[in-house]
Amino acid sequence: MAERYVMSIDQGTTSTRCILFDHGGRLVSVAQREHKQHFPRPGWVEHDATEIWRNLEQIAPKALAQAGADPGQVAAVGIANQRETTVLWDRHTGIPVTRAVVWQDTRTDMVVEELARRPDAYIVEELCGLHLATYFSAPTIRWLLDHTPGLRERAERGDVLFGTMESWLIWKLTGGPEGGVHITDVTNASRTLLMNINSLSWDDTLLDFFGVPRAMLPEIRPSTQTYGVATRVMPGVRIAAALGDQQAALFGQTCFAVGEAKCTYGTGSFLLLNTGHEPIRSTHGLLTTVGYQIGDEPAVYALEGSIAITGALVQWFRDGLGLIGTAPEIETVARTVDDNGGCYIVPAFSGLFAPHWRSEARGIIVGLTSYITKGHLARAVLEATGWQTREVVDAMNADSGLNLRTLNVDGGMTANNLLMQFIADVLNVPVVRPMVAETVSLGAAYAAGLAVGYWPDLEGLRRNWHRAAQWLPAMDPELRAREYDNWQRAVERTFDWIKPHDEE
Amino acid sequence: MPGPVQSIERAAAILRLLAQGSGRLGLSEVANSLGLARGTAHGILRTLQMVGFVEQDEATGKYQLGAALLHLGTSYLDVNELRSRAINWADALASRSGEAVRIGTHLQGKLLVVHHVFRPDDTLQTLDVGMLLPMHATAMGKVLLAYDANAAAAVPEGDLEQFSRRTIRTTKELTRALSGIREVGWAADVEETTVGEASVAAPIRGYGGLVVGAMGISGPVERVCDPHNRPRPDLVTFVRDAARAVSRDLGAPRW
Ligand SMILES: Nc1ncnc2c1ncn2[C@@H]1O[C@H](COP(=O)(O)OP(=O)(O)OP(=O)(O)O)[C@@H](O)[C@H]1O
Ligand SMILES: [Mg+2]
Repeated sequence: MAERYVMSIDQGTTSTRCILFDHGGRLVSVAQREHKQHFPRPGWVEHDATEIWRNLEQIAPKALAQAGADPGQVAAVGIANQRETTVLWDRHTGIPVTRAVVWQDTRTDMVVEELARRPDAYIVEELCGLHLATYFSAPTIRWLLDHTPGLRERAERGDVLFGTMESWLIWKLTGGPEGGVHITDVTNASRTLLMNINSLSWDDTLLDFFGVPRAMLPEIRPSTQTYGVATRVMPGVRIAAALGDQQAALFGQTCFAVGEAKCTYGTGSFLLLNTGHEPIRSTHGLLTTVGYQIGDEPAVYALEGSIAITGALVQWFRDGLGLIGTAPEIETVARTVDDNGGCYIVPAFSGLFAPHWRSEARGIIVGLTSYITKGHLARAVLEATGWQTREVVDAMNADSGLNLRTLNVDGGMTANNLLMQFIADVLNVPVVRPMVAETVSLGAAYAAGLAVGYWPDLEGLRRNWHRAAQWLPAMDPELRAREYDNWQRAVERTFDWIKPHDEE
Repeated sequence: MPGPVQSIERAAAILRLLAQGSGRLGLSEVANSLGLARGTAHGILRTLQMVGFVEQDEATGKYQLGAALLHLGTSYLDVNELRSRAINWADALASRSGEAVRIGTHLQGKLLVVHHVFRPDDTLQTLDVGMLLPMHATAMGKVLLAYDANAAAAVPEGDLEQFSRRTIRTTKELTRALSGIREVGWAADVEETTVGEASVAAPIRGYGGLVVGAMGISGPVERVCDPHNRPRPDLVTFVRDAARAVSRDLGAPRW
């Protein structure tokens, strides 16, 4: 009998990956394609949803061919996706009405500021567990409806649909204008500002508050469930799971028990802690979000520390400054010096996310002297990721009353040994990488495989988890304290940079 | 004697052309200057771009000499990049074989460990990245000696340092072992570095088939080898497949 696999699609901020996994949760084949980042104005970040769809059309057959498999050997496909990024498309033509607005985009500054001034603004956090910020989808939908002539009417009639990337891809895969299924999963819905965190359904008060018509919204489904069968690209394959990428990584790290946490290092970095069946409210700048929902079981919640810019700072060092040729070279350059030379970079490119939530902050480089070389800057780039992790771990410890004992990590930046050692040093806990660095993809595959019985239960998945690498803390406590203080003073200097109405 | 290879002549002419003047030329300018059809010039430029000798400006579409040309003398694949590009396949290899995985490159007569994946049994293990190992006594080192003429040239003539009863003793013996490795495409070290330990390794290749590193597993002899002290064929296949997968991702031709 031919080997059977589970396929994952990881639709990320910079690229889309398609991976086949075998029964042991081992990677069998992988195909990946980057898409273009559009920066039409300062603070704006856009993607072309059609380009992303075409990339998927290319990579899925490539991953199958690499494994020598046909779609009949795929037990199910699971999708993980960049969260919050907003796609609006025409139900009849299948064509996006504008470019997708990416989660890093800050064009809704003013919308958010105005909404926050309303006397009923306090209900937002109460109902959905999130801060009112440009990061999430609802203000973006509102902005697009306000700025595109005729769009609101089309949305109200249900002619224009909203979705995050998983909705868009599932709709396309299941036939698009010809019978496409318009759904989202609870984890993605929990990032819109429109879903009630307790009832897990669209909340009329929130829809009203943001002025978003219900007719354009997808149906909310559990994270694992057979949503439909693909009619294109991989005809006949069951689409059996969808999760936001960070929640997928939580699943892939098999953080199924209360108190288990992971941090994923990609474009941004996101620390998620499983809090069980109750949504826990943060008092230290973390978000309450849905971790996953398996079929009809009750949802599992998570506390999240979201860091907007980590790997993206490395990318900026490469593409914006041209100081390195590839992202991993940052380690080579950073190792040409022994320390940061007194230099700190705070990458508040889209304001600061957790735990500060300062949308008016902008990035800075401080401590510049003529002593500073490219090597020191490279160090400061990597250290920024370490210190930002420290801030969200401190918040997590304060909120949960527990002290994190090890940090489970995954994502592209975990290939960087200097960075992983630095994170262990500044957190003063061991940092552990599991055997599959592509944990986002693994989580999507696990969820889909679970839905169709390819894997029997969570315990079986847990047994697949193994430690691939570990970094132990080795920093002098005094140095750690001094450096952290420097970092915090650097962060304060990013605040209040954008003045109200500066941008209009 | 075979005649000159036309496409190489043309590629050399394109590089000369780009090295002159402003150094930024469009496709038509290149094609016209050399009297080539656009398609031909484009094919050569794309290949040169792939190997890093030419870069294309995203905004203007113009071509210029690539950074790789300036660093021809130094190692062409950054070791940290090699790790990033190999990490997925190294993980899968550890998981399939049940043994620890390492990736190594040649550094001044030694084998530099650039990546290490723990044996997947969750016991306490320590990262070896940055460690220097002997070339002639390790499977990875021997792979590099077999395929990297510069690495081989760095080995001094005569007696070799001994780590165990089984370590290769002389350069003559080594030469024989290396030609055997080239024949089969992989290398083993059975108790040559450490008593009770065995490893298997295969080459990682980049563009044009150039060997840029070695990848291998190591573990206790009784697990890695059969009762005759020969590496288990299934493990050898896992190692070779993983090294091939990395090579394919690095742009190596199939072999
Ligand atoms: N060795 C490295 N050292 C430092 N940063 C790295 C390294 N390798 C990759 N990166 C950074 O990590 C990011 C890529 O990691 P990964 O592929 O996990 O990101 P991602 O967030 O999944 O991408 P996406 O946003 O598309 O989902 C890039 O931002 C890149 O700059
Ligand atoms: Mg990702």
